[in-house]
Amino acid sequence: MKIDRKNKLLIGLGLTVVILVVRLLFIQIFDDKYKRSAENNSMVFNDVFPPRGIIYDRYGNVLVGNKICYDVMVRPRDVREFDTLALAGLLGVSEDFIRERMTYYRTYRTSIGFQERTFVKRVSADVCARFSEQEYKYPGFRMQMRSVREYPFNAGGNLLGYISEVNADDISRHPEYKSGDYIGKTGLEAAREEELRGQKGYHIFLRDSRNRVQDSYMEGKYDVDAVPGHNIVTTIDAPLQQYGQKLMEGKKGSLIAIEPSTGEILTMVSSPGIDVDVLADIGTYYAEISKDENKPMFNRTVMASYPPGSVFKLVNGLVGLQEEVLQPGYMYPCFEGFYYSKGHKLGCHSHPSPLALKDAIASSCNSYFCYVFRNILENEKYGNIQEAFDVWRDYVLSFGFGHKLGSDFPSELGGNIPESGYYDRIYGKGSWRFPTIVSLSIGQGEIGVTPLQIANLAAIMANRGYYYIPHLVKDSEGVTIDEKYHQKQYTKVDTCHFATAVEGMYMAVNGGGSAGSTALRAAVPGLDICGKTGTAQNPHGKDNSVFICFAPKDNPRIAVAAYIENAGFGATWACPIASLLVEKYLTGSIREVRKPVEDRIMETRLIQ
Amino acid sequence: MKNQFDRGLKQTVDWKLVVCYLLLVLIGCINIYASVQSGEPASIFDLTSRSGKQFLWFGFSLVAAVLILFVISPRLWEVFSSPAYFVVLILLVAVIFLSKETKGSHSWFEFGPVKFQPAEISKITTSLMLAAYMSHPNFKITNQRNFFVMSLIVGIPMLVIVAESETGSALVYLGFLFALYREGLTGWLLFIIGMAIFLFVLTLITGPWISVAVLSGIVISLLIFYLRKYRRVRRFKRDVWRNAVIGLMVGTAFVFCTQFAFNNVLKDYQRARIEVLLGLREDPSGAGYNVHQSLIAIGSGGLTGKGFLQGTQTAYGFVPEQSTDFIFCTIGEEWGFVGCLAVILIYALLILWIIQDADQSREAFTRIYGYCLASCLFMHLFINIGMTIGLMPVIGIPLPFMSYGGSSLLAFTTMLFIFIALNRQEKKYF
Repeated sequence: MKIDRKNKLLIGLGLTVVILVVRLLFIQIFDDKYKRSAENNSMVFNDVFPPRGIIYDRYGNVLVGNKICYDVMVRPRDVREFDTLALAGLLGVSEDFIRERMTYYRTYRTSIGFQERTFVKRVSADVCARFSEQEYKYPGFRMQMRSVREYPFNAGGNLLGYISEVNADDISRHPEYKSGDYIGKTGLEAAREEELRGQKGYHIFLRDSRNRVQDSYMEGKYDVDAVPGHNIVTTIDAPLQQYGQKLMEGKKGSLIAIEPSTGEILTMVSSPGIDVDVLADIGTYYAEISKDENKPMFNRTVMASYPPGSVFKLVNGLVGLQEEVLQPGYMYPCFEGFYYSKGHKLGCHSHPSPLALKDAIASSCNSYFCYVFRNILENEKYGNIQEAFDVWRDYVLSFGFGHKLGSDFPSELGGNIPESGYYDRIYGKGSWRFPTIVSLSIGQGEIGVTPLQIANLAAIMANRGYYYIPHLVKDSEGVTIDEKYHQKQYTKVDTCHFATAVEGMYMAVNGGGSAGSTALRAAVPGLDICGKTGTAQNPHGKDNSVFICFAPKDNPRIAVAAYIENAGFGATWACPIASLLVEKYLTGSIREVRKPVEDRIMETRLIQ
Repeated sequence: MKNQFDRGLKQTVDWKLVVCYLLLVLIGCINIYASVQSGEPASIFDLTSRSGKQFLWFGFSLVAAVLILFVISPRLWEVFSSPAYFVVLILLVAVIFLSKETKGSHSWFEFGPVKFQPAEISKITTSLMLAAYMSHPNFKITNQRNFFVMSLIVGIPMLVIVAESETGSALVYLGFLFALYREGLTGWLLFIIGMAIFLFVLTLITGPWISVAVLSGIVISLLIFYLRKYRRVRRFKRDVWRNAVIGLMVGTAFVFCTQFAFNNVLKDYQRARIEVLLGLREDPSGAGYNVHQSLIAIGSGGLTGKGFLQGTQTAYGFVPEQSTDFIFCTIGEEWGFVGCLAVILIYALLILWIIQDADQSREAFTRIYGYCLASCLFMHLFINIGMTIGLMPVIGIPLPFMSYGGSSLLAFTTMLFIFIALNRQEKKYF
């Protein structure tokens, strides 16, 4: 073919066609950018929110449910002239409110644009129904249904936790959430977020260039339905929890009840706590709560670390028995105290002396357990005190102290049991002796435990040597709890040694005044409550009042720990509170003779 | 008359062209229907809808085609070319003063519901006038007087159209250069225009100095090439040197004027469109909106498209001028790459066959007219499709035979069938 002018022009035509086709090839086939843009352009993904799972108590009472509420939404751009007075009447707001809002929208109309704003939050179904009839008179306004948390039972505010809209922080940690989603922030809502939240669905709509929704995309073929969240069955005994909260009203501290045979937590009160009404509308109250000096959001049951006080004597006694440096029959004298070095006495109250182990527990003799602890540390089996101390520490750890128990509750802390190295660092290696750390004998000094750990100790005593990790969630449909919650956790102390200690606890409650029993106030005839008081020194004011107990003595059904801050003797406050809870659980009511005790507890306000 | 209908119809009419034409118009109607379809789908023939109206115009166009093919003597086109040219020229000028402003330009006559643009017809009359003038036996393109008149024939309507603010339509007149090139116009003119566009773009993107450097490089390469080629002819050598120096000077001046012209001569919207095209400005919601949406629509079509009436971008009005200048988007989105390829190939074949027919013609009038027709179609095709896929700035000219618009369809039909008629008449005799 000769290259004449005609053919040159044809070649030009051909080249042009090739250029066009290659360009098309790139934008249509090789580059995905435009396909995605097209989706963003024309598809509207409307989220369908799943109902969040319901939280039940152990009997099937709903602790946290869902409730429909309605928000009045407004798209300021679409609003036409309307009767302000009539709308105010309809929605139950003041005219001034409406005028003020409309002025606001007018001022910010450019930034609002086509967006919709919430006009009035949470109106009742009634208002919604009345509004719907008249909606046509108010273009631009509409009702939006929203599901909110509802708390039919006023039980366990802190325990349940609250949900709120995700913030930037949540989104960066959990990219699967989108702005506007709700997430559990604290308590069970947070711990069981995975199960409770369910799966969001979406409906795809097509919209036109003016952002008007036109049609369902492919008749809903690609729509995804929301999967409702799983319901959670907790181990909580709602009426008992409620009763516990009443007992703890006006006191600062924790009250925990565990079913020893399973480790299930029946009651978990952190006081002062959050009322469920506040939970439902946390946004409104948040500032107020966070300013409260009593820290109602702080869950003391698992986060506070206290010295356990005299209840810890049980642990020391049991370790002594296991280490064979103590026999139940050993008797030690008490000179209203224990001289641990020249001129230094660790005081004790007045009681008969000398005592054997059982009586020493019943009357909570300080001196006795100083001897016991000294025997443990100065055991000739071990080369030095460090080694003996670390052996003792291992025993203590096996009781669930000094580390997180591993409960299914979020933000649980582990307390603290120091290692020998800790004292080495303070006093120098080899320059500390039993007298240096004598206060550990009676549960004071450098140890910190959480109320949950103390309650767990009560359960260990009830079980005579083992515990189940305390937990809040039961197996239920769609929710399986970790296998570890079904496994016995043995302490390093053999079951045979527990009999004496339990007997001592029984005597502490039921021994009668003559035996020097410390927990007489807890005695309820027929319930066979076994208990141990404690009075832990608190550097910030009055002593903390501690009491653990379980009942009945044989085949115990409940183990309780009460820890009241700045309340004084264990016997005065913690003891009646715990025993009332036990009585309520075991018999379902409080007998007449105990009513005055109940009244006194319920009426007393130790804090403002 | 009877003879004309019966004899040799099959052989004399170039049915390939007719088939291409019919295909393009039908594809156009279908896509016009698809691009304005929303909500309740009306019938494609519903006369209140755009596709229905387009079918109506298609009917008129077919009537016109039949008249041109079988009733009007093809000889008349040559005879009436100059009166027609001048009448249309008057219309072109008159429309500036008589029309209401539409989208910033004064180019539409309105007679009740019918609107028409003299610029559409002007392409036909200019082509006819050019063909008539250049087919004169005494015409020589190298003759300065002839060249001058020829330039005026093309240039006057073009300038008037620029005055109407229809720059896009005026650009199409540049296409006549291809026809003139075929008739012996020096290739340097095409080269210089090509260079001018190239330097213009290069200057806007990289600044004047790089452009001057590139220009110098090209001039020096050409200089060396021609000095070697004419090394034996001293006379030519001198010319080569002279031309090189002139080229370099004019080119440099052009480069430095570019920026000034760009900022002061072009209108704001034209400048914005060019900046968007060259990637100098990101403005997907302003000047770049059309192209951005158009690219999304075409790009989202993929290999085989979303299917008839399934386009989401086009049917919901994301692309402006959807059924007129941006009709190609609908094809791209709903029929994908395959559809685009098919449409482009039909156009290419149409142009190819027109050129072949024209080239085989023994009459200069038919040949020149054919080349003019092919050039016009080519310019429309390249500018329009180039614009929708981001290769050209947004220039509002229709896609021949496909874009919605009655006067445009009628004008292109007339233009095409005049050629088919001319071609047929010739075949009847030989």
